Amino acid sequence: MSVVVGYIPTPEGEAALERAIREARSGGTLLVVVNTSRGDALVDQRFIQQQQAENLARRLEAEGVEHLLLQPLRGHDPAEEVLEAAREHHADLVVIGLRRRSPVGKLILGSTAQRILLQAEAPVLAVKA
Amino acid sequence: METLNLLMQGFATAATPMNLLFALVGVVLGTAVGVLPGIGPAMAVALLLPVTYNLEPTSAFIMFAGIYYGGMYGGSTTSILLNTPGESATVITAIEGHKMAKAGRAAQALATAAIGSFVAGTIGTALLVAFAPLVVKFAVSLGAPTYLAIMVLALIAVTAVLGSSKLRGFASLGIGLAIGLIGLDPVSGQQRLIFGQPLLIDGLDIVVVAVAIFAVGEALWTAAHLRRKPMSTIPVGRPWMGRQDWKRSWKPWLRGTAYGFPFGALPAGGAEIPTFLSYITEKKLSKHPEEFGHGAIEGVAGPEAANNASAAGTLTPMLALGLPTNATAAVMLAAFIQFGIQPGPLLFEKEPDLVWALIASLFIGNTLLLLVNLPLAPMWAKLLRLPRPYLYAGILFFATLGAYAVNLQAFDLVILLVLGSLGFAMRRYGLPVLPLIIGLILGPRAEEQLRQSLQLSGGEISGLWSEPLAIVIYCIVVVVLLLPLIIALVRKARGGRPSTLEEVTMGATPEAAEHHAVHRSAGTRNPQDTENATENKEKV
Repeated sequence: MSVVVGYIPTPEGEAALERAIREARSGGTLLVVVNTSRGDALVDQRFIQQQQAENLARRLEAEGVEHLLLQPLRGHDPAEEVLEAAREHHADLVVIGLRRRSPVGKLILGSTAQRILLQAEAPVLAVKA
Repeated sequence: METLNLLMQGFATAATPMNLLFALVGVVLGTAVGVLPGIGPAMAVALLLPVTYNLEPTSAFIMFAGIYYGGMYGGSTTSILLNTPGESATVITAIEGHKMAKAGRAAQALATAAIGSFVAGTIGTALLVAFAPLVVKFAVSLGAPTYLAIMVLALIAVTAVLGSSKLRGFASLGIGLAIGLIGLDPVSGQQRLIFGQPLLIDGLDIVVVAVAIFAVGEALWTAAHLRRKPMSTIPVGRPWMGRQDWKRSWKPWLRGTAYGFPFGALPAGGAEIPTFLSYITEKKLSKHPEEFGHGAIEGVAGPEAANNASAAGTLTPMLALGLPTNATAAVMLAAFIQFGIQPGPLLFEKEPDLVWALIASLFIGNTLLLLVNLPLAPMWAKLLRLPRPYLYAGILFFATLGAYAVNLQAFDLVILLVLGSLGFAMRRYGLPVLPLIIGLILGPRAEEQLRQSLQLSGGEISGLWSEPLAIVIYCIVVVVLLLPLIIALVRKARGGRPSTLEEVTMGATPEAAEHHAVHRSAGTRNPQDTENATENKEKV
């Protein structure tokens, strides 16, 4: 039993994380934080660096939730990584952040959130910033 | 006075709307390739060579000049914001610049780098205007034996002074010279190294070789290292400098320029040595020595100026003697040959319009670069988020298209693939690419001078040192070859005291040195550059 959250260092990601912490604490379950990148660009600001990861770990400790930070770099889609983490840790809840997308943006780029919503086996909680 | 008139004419040619547009395209492209580690101005010019076939040579060279200077500006942005020097010349910028950025002074670091580059580039180009005609005047009086000696010096110096391993350097030079031999003997018409393949009789097209080695080789190398832990850049606003920053920057700019230009103008100066020298000088002269290693603005201003001044200096032997000493100059020289323009001392006489328009466009390009870089630095940093598969797929596509377009000959694609694999193998085994390309371009021209000297002396080998200057230059060649050995012996005898430079790069900033080691293993940088960078720490 666990709560899986897809985390990126943006307002949406923070909102999702905060909600996920609350959910994990109230359920007393493991919190799995997934932060991933396809790793094909030289720079990805959404992938948290060591310093940020340490800060995150400290924060989760202070919140008093049992947690696990996953940073897989396998060239997969972020959606895929979140879904896989959810399967592996038998998630009973997946938390994701939603951001505003323009119609054109939605048309051109696939939506990570949409894939998770449609394909996750567990209930998905979508949080807005 | 005459020079000034010619320069003004050059400005008139370079300032037409069409040529200004080419200059703008050049500086934008140059900055872009400078920002992206692994892709350099040499690759950009090589890729554009086939495209510029139908252009007016002057317009093409105005664009190339923009790319050449732009690469220098772009490299400093990446060094400062990401601590990934795009090339060996910006290693020092990365040391202090990245520290500044981490301390929240990224805007000032970027500003001092850009303005310093502008100051140094402008002064350097002015020095080029002053010195190149003098060098030409001197050079036209030289005979074939002296020319041969100068070319030998350039070949040996580029191979032996730059780069980590001399053995690898000479191996690479040998490959370049061998590729240059393919085809018909220019004097006797004998076939050389064509292995019964009639399509090789005309020799290998330099454009195809340059595209294969720079573009295909690099693309394959990056493809082999594609998935890496992404890094994060330091967010930055618009670059600006306070009063105090100006006060601390202007002297290092001028001193850096003074170091950079002469080293660039030497046949094997390169940009690394002057940047290191400038850094050491600034550290000694600074009123804030305690800041060095923690982000001192002088440590960015000086080396960046030295870097750009050396780029201007490199153009002096390139234009006045036809001697390229860095990869971009070599590819630009290949472009001269492609346009049917004979590089060498007669260039100023035969193609004054082209040469002076090119020099004038350096002034214009430098100004454009300041305008493009200062306000837009944060935008350039975003370029680093580009997914590299798309980028390198595009490069491979352009490389293939270009190589085929040169002669509309499918066989060239085979050559492209073979030499591209060679370029990949060279990166894999740490062979520097620069000696190859210089050997390829200078080799046939050195041979011409050799044959001419021998014809003049009736086949007597002593004809090669029949001019006093040639003897002097051969002595310098011997010194260049022996000096490192002697230094090593002396140091051994003294018990190997670490030099100042080592203290600077290793001692003062262990973290930076460590960082470089990390990048090296990550393969995000051109391995040749990495070799050079680490070499500079070991060597001096």
